[in-house]
Amino acid sequence: MNNATYALLTILVAAAVTAALRFIPFLLFGGDRKTPKLIVYLGKVLPCTIMGMLVVYCLKDVTLDAAPFGIPELLGCLITGALHVWKRNSLLSIGAGTASYMLMIHFFF
Amino acid sequence: MKHSVLRTAFIDTVPVMTGYLFLGAGFGILMDQSGYGVGYAVLMSLFIYAGSAQYLLVSLLTSGASLLSTALATLLINARHLFYGISLVDTYQNSGRKKPYLIFALTDETYSLVTQAKLPEGMNKTAYCFLVSLFDHGYWVVGTALGSLVGALLPISLSGISFVLTALFVTMFVEQWLSTKNHRPAIIGVMSTILCLLLFGRELFLIPSMTVIAVLLTVFRKAGGSADYE
Repeated sequence: MNNATYALLTILVAAAVTAALRFIPFLLFGGDRKTPKLIVYLGKVLPCTIMGMLVVYCLKDVTLDAAPFGIPELLGCLITGALHVWKRNSLLSIGAGTASYMLMIHFFF
Repeated sequence: MKHSVLRTAFIDTVPVMTGYLFLGAGFGILMDQSGYGVGYAVLMSLFIYAGSAQYLLVSLLTSGASLLSTALATLLINARHLFYGISLVDTYQNSGRKKPYLIFALTDETYSLVTQAKLPEGMNKTAYCFLVSLFDHGYWVVGTALGSLVGALLPISLSGISFVLTALFVTMFVEQWLSTKNHRPAIIGVMSTILCLLLFGRELFLIPSMTVIAVLLTVFRKAGGSADYE
């Protein structure tokens, strides 16, 4: 297998697996049949749950046992969250949170 | 009406635009440095369209990983997409010809925007979701192409910009917290994921986390903890 064929096949496999994971729930539950009650319930509670999971997922590579001990990430998240509680303006929370994180890692850590 | 859907969708996707342009560019640069040109990079961003999986694929490609390990690694990283579909089965039910694309283009960020959108009365939800999906996909592809073509010329003073996506999820998390009374699902999400990260390590924790989350949510529903949702 030459390099181009190998690269294209690898891309194809990754694309197929990703698409399958995206389509499976709709193929299982998306027909004309009534969606099972458990799935309706999970569909409603999952968004709250998943945001928590994704925050942790984004922070998975932070090292806590060596400098800077995850402090910039912690402060960045706290600034973002506190601003959002205060102003409820998503763009402001995200923008100011990111800017403060970038300044912190540039100047202090 | 069309104009305002376009405007709302664009404004809502501005944080994602920032994140995707830079992360897409990062991916393009990495591909370029690994000897894969703009064609491969853009092909991946168009048809795989899953950020962390694409980053991992660069190292799989350069190390000559087998197709089976590629399939398994993609499965481990992207299994979380199963949850997104479950949440949107009803929302996307009657979206007609746009449905296949809406499902294909469901990333973490697009998912958080479409599940949290508070649209003004009368605005077409399907049109909004479609535009959000299309914009996000576009940012990712454009970012990839730019990174691949001119990335090497950029001064790298933008380290930390990827925090924009963390900030997006923190904001969405707080927004959910403030707008719901039952905080158990949010707490379950954070605690289960932290626990599984500690137990299984950063390579493997996603699928165990999802399993624990699904089990706990189901158990608490039976225990009558879901009055807010039924």
